[in-house]
Amino acid sequence: MDMVLVNLIDGLVTGLLLFMLSSGLTLIFSMMGVLNFAHASFYMLGAYFAYQISTYVGFWPGLFIAPVLVGLIGAMIERYGLRRVHQYGHVPELIFTFGLALLMEEVVQFFWGKNQLPYESPKILDFTLFSIAGNAIPAYKMFIIFAAMGIFLALLYVLTKTRIGLIIQAALRHPRTVEALGHNVPFVFMGVFGVGTGLAGLAGVIAGPELGTFPGMAALLGSIVFVTIVIGGLGSLWGALLASLLIGWITTFAVAYNVAFADILEALGLSRPADLASSAWRDLWTLTMPQIGPILPYLLMIIVLVFRPYGLFGKRDL
Amino acid sequence: MTDRAEHPAARRRYGGLTLGAVAPWVIGALLLAVMPYVFASNSAITIMNQMAITIVFALSYNMLLGQGGMLSFGHAVYMGVGGFGAMHVMNWMEQGVIALPLPVLPLIAGLFGLGFAAAIGIFSTRRAGTVFAMISLGIGELVASSSVIVVAFFGGEEGVSGDRTYGLPVFGHDFGSQTEIYYLIAGWLLISALLMYLFSRTPVGRMANAVRDNPERAEFLGYSARWVRYYSFCASGFFAGIAGGLFAVNYEILTAENLDLNTSGTILLITFLGGTGFFFGPIIGAIVFTLLQTVLSLHTDLWQLYVGALFVLTVMFFPGGLAGVIMMHVPPWRYGKVRALIRPYLAAVLPAAVGLLGLASFLEVLFHLRNAARGEEGMTLLWVHFSSHDPLVWGVIIVVTVAAFWLARRNAPALRAAWDFANTPPGADEARP
Repeated sequence: MDMVLVNLIDGLVTGLLLFMLSSGLTLIFSMMGVLNFAHASFYMLGAYFAYQISTYVGFWPGLFIAPVLVGLIGAMIERYGLRRVHQYGHVPELIFTFGLALLMEEVVQFFWGKNQLPYESPKILDFTLFSIAGNAIPAYKMFIIFAAMGIFLALLYVLTKTRIGLIIQAALRHPRTVEALGHNVPFVFMGVFGVGTGLAGLAGVIAGPELGTFPGMAALLGSIVFVTIVIGGLGSLWGALLASLLIGWITTFAVAYNVAFADILEALGLSRPADLASSAWRDLWTLTMPQIGPILPYLLMIIVLVFRPYGLFGKRDL
Repeated sequence: MTDRAEHPAARRRYGGLTLGAVAPWVIGALLLAVMPYVFASNSAITIMNQMAITIVFALSYNMLLGQGGMLSFGHAVYMGVGGFGAMHVMNWMEQGVIALPLPVLPLIAGLFGLGFAAAIGIFSTRRAGTVFAMISLGIGELVASSSVIVVAFFGGEEGVSGDRTYGLPVFGHDFGSQTEIYYLIAGWLLISALLMYLFSRTPVGRMANAVRDNPERAEFLGYSARWVRYYSFCASGFFAGIAGGLFAVNYEILTAENLDLNTSGTILLITFLGGTGFFFGPIIGAIVFTLLQTVLSLHTDLWQLYVGALFVLTVMFFPGGLAGVIMMHVPPWRYGKVRALIRPYLAAVLPAAVGLLGLASFLEVLFHLRNAARGEEGMTLLWVHFSSHDPLVWGVIIVVTVAAFWLARRNAPALRAAWDFANTPPGADEARP
């Protein structure tokens, strides 16, 4: 039972990190109707910037400077890249962001090399906060949880309670009307893109020490973030939260519990083939839960897309 | 944009065999037959084999993206499944389970690809656009990750390898040498390219274009957009499978790498670079990309950075790709005004090329400065040997680059004016007030 609690916390950390990425992505999608393939690349950029800053002035300034830098770069890319491609349609936009993801990985390798960087969590958080049945929970994990919760609450407050949030929500539904009321909608778009990518950068700053800072970190998370917002329903903040937590927990629990498929098959009354090595079904008999853990999110996404294309919480079709 | 109004009598009639329709294929076949004699070295034949496989794969991808308007992030899966299937059949040939001549293998691989595409397409082609792209991404990741799980078919970490020389001999050839393999691949390239071209001319192929441009209108005409997409998807899976079979025959090994997002992304890059709007676009893309890959990677560690930048710039400024750029010059050619373009081109494009080269040199020197071993200052760029720590080198590179870009920018308006002039039909100036 104690292990369940530990896994719950681990899954929560993964899920909340995912949410910091998916919240920005889903906001950007609901504004512009384009899925930003390079979103995880901004996350990677955040980690690298924060590392570079931390070598000069330490972790904490990087926590604030790096996301701002990433957000500015994101806004520039929207202004001078995406807006230009927008006229050709959605598919070229998707291809553009895909190319951007390729390019940013190469740029990062150009400046920082192919190896993992020694980017570490701050010394002040480097202690065991409490332990559950002998499993130490580091303070940094709790920091991640509280930081992500704080961001979610702040985002929710800005979007629903402030004037800016109202303009953004209105621009989502009726951009032309909002424009006619005298608001600069392209500027709002650029701002949302900047804030969304900045959030991804912040996730990178926080996740870098935990998950490692290396050129493949974007590709590792990139597809999962897509899966998350598709499952949650594109454009829905609550859906993104729910799907992030769901995926965080599913992957954590799948890895934690070593259930062998052979046991399930035997429980179903099937008998193990005598000559396992030459049987065509040998993979089914040697399969374990940790092996299929990584593919569960994709399976979930395909099922959702086939049966409920607008996701769990989404209001509109893709 | 371009004036497409032609004289009715000059309008091409589809269906009839004309010299203009047959000539490119005859020339292509002759070229394929002669190539091993022109570039006889072993490495050249290896590159040409790789090129031919990539062409088949890119053409099959363009059946989706260009002709059907379906953006796929998991096309490598169909090539991979075909290739793995072919590897297993090849191993059965070695064990004596079945006896087949090797040239049949790509067809079997194609059937594997077709079968998998037929199964996946049932639900993935229900919608085009973003839904299709996301499902293809999901399927791609799913199959790529399960390659380490389903060891019986995908061979796990080490993949599936075999020996191609156990097939039935064809006219005394056992396909041990690279040249024999080249002709096998070239033959299949010609057949599948021709079939794909003919497919694009069939009513189904034409309807795929209609569904791409306006699915609602196609449905009002009585066609099911979904099934039209499904047929294109299956055909594309078939030819991707053939490409996989050719890959199996050429390299005799398939691994999980053949299935992953990287491979799928590369074929998207190749196809888009070549141009999705024309049938021959992916062919150009595959040739240019393979050359870039082999030539650039020999000379620089940064080739992927350049290719990535080239791709992003292509999407931003030339969404028609290389084929689009080439076809832009057809109207000036028809009006007989190409000559007016030559001088402005030289004046603007030449400095721009020098500027880009300067920019690349800057990156190379910077990269060398940061990454070379301590004490090792010498580097060679464009046949010149110098020290990357020399301020003079930096000065020269920066001055040349800035000057070249300035010159290109200065001459750009003249090029634009010449371009507008060359695209005006003769006599149109007087006709309009």
